[in-house]
Parts: sequence; structure tokens; C-alpha cells
Amino acid sequence: MTAKFDHSDDSVVVVIGTGAGGGVLSNELAQKGISVVALEAGDRHYPEDFINDEWESFGQLAWTDARTTSGDWRVAKDFAGLPAWIVKSVGGTTQHWAGASLRFQEHEWKAKTTYGEVSGASLLDWPIDAAEMDPWYTKAEDKLQVTRTGNRPGLPGNNNFRVFEKGAKALGYKNVHTGRMAIASRDDSDRIMCQQTGFCFQGCKWGAKWSAGYHDIEQGEATGNLEVRPGSHVARILHDDSGKVTGVEYFDKEGNLHFQKARIVCLAGNSFESPRLLLNSASSMYPTGLANSSDQVGRNYMRHMTGSVYAVFDKPVKMWRGTTMAGIIQDEAGHNPSRGFVGGYEMETLSLGLPFMAAFLNPGAWGREFTTALDAYENMAGMWLVGEDMPQATNRVTLNTDVKDQWGLPVANVHFDDHPNDIAMRNHAYKQGTAVYEAVGATRTFPTPPYPSTHNLGTNRMSAKPEDGVVNKWGQTHDIKNLFISDGSQFTTGAAENPTLTIVALAIRQADHIAREMSAKNL
Amino acid sequence: MKTQGENIMNQNKCPVGLTRRELLARSTAAGASFVIGAGFLASPNAAWAIETAVLKPESMAALVQMARDIYPHDKVGDEYYVIALKGYDSESTAPAVESGIEKLNARARAAGYENYVSVGWEEDRVAILRSIEEEAFFQQIRGGLVTGLYNQKEVWPIFGYEGASFEYGGYIDRGFNDINWL
Repeated sequence: MTAKFDHSDDSVVVVIGTGAGGGVLSNELAQKGISVVALEAGDRHYPEDFINDEWESFGQLAWTDARTTSGDWRVAKDFAGLPAWIVKSVGGTTQHWAGASLRFQEHEWKAKTTYGEVSGASLLDWPIDAAEMDPWYTKAEDKLQVTRTGNRPGLPGNNNFRVFEKGAKALGYKNVHTGRMAIASRDDSDRIMCQQTGFCFQGCKWGAKWSAGYHDIEQGEATGNLEVRPGSHVARILHDDSGKVTGVEYFDKEGNLHFQKARIVCLAGNSFESPRLLLNSASSMYPTGLANSSDQVGRNYMRHMTGSVYAVFDKPVKMWRGTTMAGIIQDEAGHNPSRGFVGGYEMETLSLGLPFMAAFLNPGAWGREFTTALDAYENMAGMWLVGEDMPQATNRVTLNTDVKDQWGLPVANVHFDDHPNDIAMRNHAYKQGTAVYEAVGATRTFPTPPYPSTHNLGTNRMSAKPEDGVVNKWGQTHDIKNLFISDGSQFTTGAAENPTLTIVALAIRQADHIAREMSAKNL
Repeated sequence: MKTQGENIMNQNKCPVGLTRRELLARSTAAGASFVIGAGFLASPNAAWAIETAVLKPESMAALVQMARDIYPHDKVGDEYYVIALKGYDSESTAPAVESGIEKLNARARAAGYENYVSVGWEEDRVAILRSIEEEAFFQQIRGGLVTGLYNQKEVWPIFGYEGASFEYGGYIDRGFNDINWL
């Protein structure tokens, strides 16, 4: 049933990337009878292909093409060539994600109004709000089968959660549970329930976790309206004399350059590759890159305030057993400036296997202070801290013309400096996370620095006014009406929540809008 | 990070010649390993032995000691460190290692010892390592160990880590929530 479209077919919608944004958008458009060509740099990987081994899986799934880094963030020192831990595969990072599926809080759509002026931050309100997004969130939750939404039960708590929950309650936290997870908590017609295997980050071998790669892409292909071309790296988006985009140039696996014509182009390559592609598509008409009359392409890169707290106890925990991130404390997620910062953060259970713990607990550290921590690995519990970081115009993705990828294209340089608000929030979160574990008798705790980014947001941000951002409230670029941004790079601000559910909800909504505009002959 | 680590891991997939052999050994001054004649290196308790191809056996012995001092785990035997380091015993990597070890020995001599492995206390060896920790040689050895040591499946049980679970049906019936001391 898989469709096959000609390179010269200018009636198709070309979607670049097949993750939470592009994969969902491709399926949603295909369901509406629209012809879609999805170009994906990675290969197909199905549950049976996934590997319960951290480094081997990393080699299978991670995006390891060259990137460079700068700025004062520790990732630039510890992992200079790996600013992000994201995936190159059909399904994109939804293959690897933990499954945490949270709606934004109402005030987070209006960050500038709620937080006021924050020195050094380029805060802006989204041009959409909670009421507008409510029905789209519901559709997204149903698609992902998010636990604790609809009538879906929560997941059972594993050992890591039980330690976390007991500490949270001892501390007086009220809103602690096993999370809203895109992981089946009961056997359904098309999904087996979570088997508590761990290795959520390595791809779920049961298919219990939602991934665009084996859910939306398969559904879209079944309509006969979607052709996915794996191993296709898009090099450039082209346009005509009127300024409208006409299609994309891409390299296939053998390095052959093709041109695929398009009626509409939707860009969902993640917050590094999407702005990189716009910048690499500069032309005489658009000398600073496509959709960049505002000079906002690549700016306001956000990665969430993150960090982890691991703790050692006098008895075993075996935190790696079971669902990796099915545990959350939400009491610190609200906006309460008396804590010394604006915005809030979530605390979520997390575990790493021994190989990744050795790499990420305290990168670069050595000697007994470090190794005695690993000696106690079996007795460790862990949590991840994730909160809203401040957008800054100088945190940005630019082209590094000194470094080229395997196709000879300038790579993305990712510059990031922590904002003082990010630092204040992280310090507060470290303190609270440590207190949670000390309340259950931790003998030693570790405030662990951020990993290479998993939440990459904001580099083509959504704005009411064209001068403030790259896309309008539909993800349509302000400058070019048949060019859309469909991934997390359109985020105006980051909110405290894991972003996938919002990316999915925006993609469903965008598909609806594109179909309507196509019918009305506006596109 | 991945590239260096994984390259080293891959090198370590070649046969490492670990054997248990009866030893007719003379020990180095105070180190944990023995050098027996040309190219042959073995542990005093016969847990492991290797023949070095390119590296001087004394240099491999110093490298093993250095690795133990960087990531000391008293319950992890020398053989696992040897496996993590064996990849350096090649024509392309040995010159830099010999040079690095010679500098390390020079630091030890400057501190009044015969060489690095003859420094008796870990604390004193660590002080020497601290003085070179920003140098490329140290960082290469340390960085390689992160995957070369901790990604050996045989090491995981020593830390209690259970590795892959899919083939056992996950932990749904095998104790995902079996904590009993809370």
C-alpha cells in the first residue's frame, strides 16, 4: 500500500523528518487524503531491532553527524561534539524518548505576561493558549495512549519510584505519581502492556511505548498516501522568483543528489537541523537564509534547565529495573517567584545503566570519590530535574563553515550560556532532589550535571508579530506561506514539561490547518 | 566521546591472549604485576597474563597501574583493566603510550621513586596523576577507560548491574518493585 511519488510531482507535501513533529504530521496529512513524501535522514528500526545495551544502542540510533558547541554550558566541555542525545531513525527521537507526556500549564503559554521582564531573557507569549490547545492535547493523548488521561490507568511503580515516592511524601510533597506516560499500562488491541524491562531510552522492544516510527509512520503508509524515503539527507530548500518554496534537494544513501518538487514543505528536523537547513538554503533573494527576515532563525535555543540527583542507600534499590521514567513530583512545577526564580520544574524518576552512569554521573571525574559512587551502583536511586529555561537571543544555532558534514555542508554550531534564572532553578532543584532522598535515608547524594540535550527547542520560534519570530500560530513561516516548521524549534518558550506531547499536539493541529488551507486553495 | 570510546572498545574485541599460566616470575619493585622475560606480563595471582606485541611489558604494567589509579575498584580484577588497555599495544598507538609512560615515570623519579609502579601508596600515585590530568595522554587513557572498562559485560555483575532483560521477559515477574526495606 506504500505510495510512490515522482520527483517531478509538485502536488505533494514534503515533510522533512519523521519524529514527533514530522512523523505525526505525515500520518495526519495522509489520513486526510493528502499526498506526502517524508524524507528521513535515518533508517528504519523496529522494536525487534532495538538493543538492550546502552552503547550498542547509541551506535544504532543516535545522531552522531558532526556538530560543534560553544558557550559556558558544561556539555560544551564534556561532550564538545555531541550537544544533543537525539536520534537519527525513522521515528526520530520518539524511538528513544522516555514517554513522559505532560500538558503545558496554562500560565506557561503566557511566559512574558506571567514572569514579566527578566533581564537578559527574550521572553515572549505564545500566540496560542491553553484553551486553544485543549482539544489538540486530547487528540494527542489518545494517539499516544497516555496513562492517567482518558480512562487509562497509571503504570505500576518500580523500585526507583518507590524510593522517590516515599521521600517525596516524607518531605510533604502531594503531587507524586507514576506519571502520564505514552506507555501502555494494559494490553490493548495494538499494544502490549509495559513489561518493566527498562531500556526505554534504547527503544522499546515490546512496542509498548509510542513511537512515530512504528505507529504513525505505519498508519500513514497504510493509507497509500505516504511515501517515506529513509536515508535521505536534505541539503537545501529551493524557491522560485516569487519567493515560494518549490521543493528540496536531498542526498540519498549513495550520495546522489535528488530534487523533489513540492506544493508545500514542512520542516521537522529538530531544533539544530531545522534552522541549519534554513540557513544553508540562503539564496540571492534570501541572503541570510530562508524565513529569516526577522534574524530570528537559530536564536532563542532552549534545552530546558536540567540536572539529575542520584543517591546511594545502605541497601539495594536496583533502579534500572522497570520503566525508566514512570515517576513524577509536580509540586515544584508551578510559578512561585519566592523561590528565587521564575517558572518551575518537574522531578522525574530516571535511571542509567552502569555504562552510561560511568559516562554521565560526573563527566571527566576520576579517582575514588568517583569510583566509590559506582561501587554503590546497585544501591542507587535517581531522578531527573527538568524545568523551564529562559530564551536568550544569543543562545543560538549558527552555521560553522569551518566544519563540514559527510555531504560537505556546514554543520550546526550550538552556542549556549546558562541564564542566571536557569542556575538558580537548578540549584533549588538539586537541593529539593537531595532532600527527597535524604528523607529516606540516603547515605550519599550526587548533584549530577546536565547530559547532552534531549529537549531541543526554540530556534524557529512562534510569534504573533513577524519581527519577533520565524513562524505564526500555525507553524507557517512569516516570510514564505508554503513553508512550515513542524518540530520543537517552533516553541516560543519551553515550559517545564517534557515537550513531546506538545510537539505532537501542534503537529495534529497543523495538519488540520494545512488540509483546510489546501482545500480553500490558499496553499 | 563515542568515537574514541567505541574505537577503543572495538579494538578490544580482538583476542587478548588472556591465559592462566604457571609463573616463573620476578616482580617489579612494588607493582601488582610481574614482568617475565621479553614481552610477557602476568599477574602475581595468575588471574591473567598477556604477551605484549609492541609495548614494553614494563610500560603495559605501568599502564595497568595507572588505569587502576584512575578508576580504582577494589573488587575488579586486573584482567578487566588489561582488556580495556590491550588496544594500545599496537604499532599505531604504542609510541604515544611509551612516551606518556616515560613522562609519568619521570614525574615519579622527580618525586624520589624509582618509577611510577614503585610508588607504594595510591595517594602518592594519584598526586602524580593530578599533575598530568590536563594532558592529552592522561585524558586519552581516562576517556578510553570509560567505555573500555565499564562496558565490559563481564564487569557488570561485580557492580550488581543485570544488563539486558528483554530476553528474560523484562522484570514484570522478576522483581521490578521488590524493594523490601522502605
